[in-house]
Amino acid sequence: MRLRDTLTLAFSALLRNKMRSLLTTLGVVIGVAAVILMQALGLGATAKVTGEIASMGSNMLVLMPGGNQRQPFGGSFLAVPLFTQRDLAAIESECDAVRLAAASNTRSVNIVVGERSRSTNLYGVTPSWFEIREWGVARGRLLDDSDLQQGAKRCLIGQTLVRELFLDQDPLGAELRLHDLTCEVVGVMVEKGTSTFGADQDDVAFMPYTTFVRRITGDDHVAMIMISAASDERTDEAKAQIEALMRQRRRIMKGEDDDFSVRDMREIQTLMSTVTGVLTTLLASVAAISLIVGGIGIMNIMLVSVTERTREIGIRMAVGARGGDILAQFLLEAVVLAAFGGAIGVVIGLGLAYALAAALALPFSAPVDGALVAFAFALAVGVIFGVFPARKAARLRPIEALRFE
Amino acid sequence: MVEAIAEPAAAPPLLELRGVTKVYGEGEAAVHALRGVDLAIQRGEFVAILGTSGCGKSTAMNMLGCLDAPTAGEYRIEGVSVGALPADVLAALRNRRFGFIFQGFNLLSRTSAIDNVELPLIYAGVPRRERLQRAREALALVGLAGRESARSTQLSGGQQQRVAIARALVSRPEVILADEPTGNLDSRTGAEIMALLTRLNQELGLTVVMVTHDREIAAHARRHVVFRDGRILSDAANERPPS
Ligand SMILES: Nc1ncnc2c1ncn2[C@@H]1O[C@H](COP(=O)(O)OP(=O)(O)OP(=O)(O)O)[C@@H](O)[C@H]1O
Ligand SMILES: [Mg+2]
Repeated sequence: MRLRDTLTLAFSALLRNKMRSLLTTLGVVIGVAAVILMQALGLGATAKVTGEIASMGSNMLVLMPGGNQRQPFGGSFLAVPLFTQRDLAAIESECDAVRLAAASNTRSVNIVVGERSRSTNLYGVTPSWFEIREWGVARGRLLDDSDLQQGAKRCLIGQTLVRELFLDQDPLGAELRLHDLTCEVVGVMVEKGTSTFGADQDDVAFMPYTTFVRRITGDDHVAMIMISAASDERTDEAKAQIEALMRQRRRIMKGEDDDFSVRDMREIQTLMSTVTGVLTTLLASVAAISLIVGGIGIMNIMLVSVTERTREIGIRMAVGARGGDILAQFLLEAVVLAAFGGAIGVVIGLGLAYALAAALALPFSAPVDGALVAFAFALAVGVIFGVFPARKAARLRPIEALRFE
Repeated sequence: MVEAIAEPAAAPPLLELRGVTKVYGEGEAAVHALRGVDLAIQRGEFVAILGTSGCGKSTAMNMLGCLDAPTAGEYRIEGVSVGALPADVLAALRNRRFGFIFQGFNLLSRTSAIDNVELPLIYAGVPRRERLQRAREALALVGLAGRESARSTQLSGGQQQRVAIARALVSRPEVILADEPTGNLDSRTGAEIMALLTRLNQELGLTVVMVTHDREIAAHARRHVVFRDGRILSDAANERPPS
């Protein structure tokens, strides 16, 4: 029997039961669409993380308390000593590969403006923080050295606070209350939008480090130091210098573990990609399982179909169909079903991925490889789950099949 | 004349059942459909198989058509024992050498007449154009020209029978095995079908084996084999051969 004739046969059998064919293939449609959707979103998320971290500058380093156990952001912050302002000064003066260093303490506070209040992240920073993070004001001015020296009651706020607390009125020169402290708004930060993991980066306020430690925490330790290396190329050198300096200042002996860590952005980038990669793989495997369930659906219907068409099989065998011809006919039906479902799934998956990427403000990149793999997987599912019913059909004995009612 | 060929048997007979038994089921419920049948059919014969209902005629025909295998005994085609042949060879035999006309037509139900008729040619690997051409010719031969696209369900019993005959003829087989080919036809159409089978036998030299209850129909054959209870009761030349 010719392949073309087998194909024609498979198609006409499937077209005869259009509704059933459509429903049978639904599982594969959903499975393939889900695999593609997950991959597209994973790619988008990774691209966004990479982009965000790249925008922070690859010459940025972060000095944090806690050892460098390969955990996200070190171990416990509480058990180990924080840094001091003298550490900060020492880094700036003694490490020649370091261009800038800034203190960065943070605390969640409640801000009150008139009747309205909102809980937000308050940062106490030294002025170079803004240069290191490359983040400026949209209106007004940044905090400067004189604000720091005076311990000025001045602050900067993010766009979300402008919207929520000032209802889009001009906040410059206005006052807001933090605990019992009254602060003047001197600037509004440039809008940053939502981070990859859904945090609102504009829900922030900044005040001079000095004001923060005196009025908010009453403790002048430095929780975290942001550092900018002299250049991208000197980032590793800066890291080594800071580590050597801090070991010396904290009197860590040879052979002892560090109780601080210096992270660079590449490291964080790798970590983030690993996290998104693992998530993507996980979700894609879940989706792949639904594809297998789709395959079982195909097998189920093909088994029903073989039973229903036993007489037809008998007639075909009586006029000379070989077992192989019958096998090919039913296997091809299963594969055509799976291919059809796979093709629809690819279209739906890409469409949904596009729409969802737009909705989540993720960059959209079509997972071409992923689509091909998912489609091939659907075909394989068709073959694997089609073989059993097709073999069952092919092994029927002609006379018994003919007598079947 | 038939005996003249049958007796010396320089070459083995075309079809030969040797001591064939067929038992359906087991133990208490076992049905002995055939109880030791010896039957040899030479090339070019026109044999009628007669007998009461349930005496094993269809069972024997299925055996001859390689659709069923004996419980004991042997079936030989041109001296070759069929029991040893692989399934694909049997399929090829059914496809090329036998044209089977079933007692109950056995047409594909939701399929047009021409698609039913071309079926054996699909499995013979004949290209589509030639298939349709030959199927159309076969339908014309049985008087169904113009009804090619009719579904089986849209045809009368007699017309369905004729589609089944066209399907048996289309692969130009050497042997026609017809199980009650006129069972569903009125006597005039029955006579037409018999005229067709007689012509195939006499002009093209096809071997025809036909099951029937009807003595009048059987009169067209040159040899009568009568079954009773799974055995052959008598096997003789037709005393009143057709003119
Ligand atoms: N698949 C089967 N299972 C069990 N018994 C069967 C089967 N097929 C046939 N038989 C039995 O075998 C015997 C012979 O059946 P067969 O069909 O050969 O009869 P037949 O001579 O063709 O009768 P009819 O003239 O009515 O067609 C019958 O008793 C029948 O009941
Ligand atoms: Mg019968």
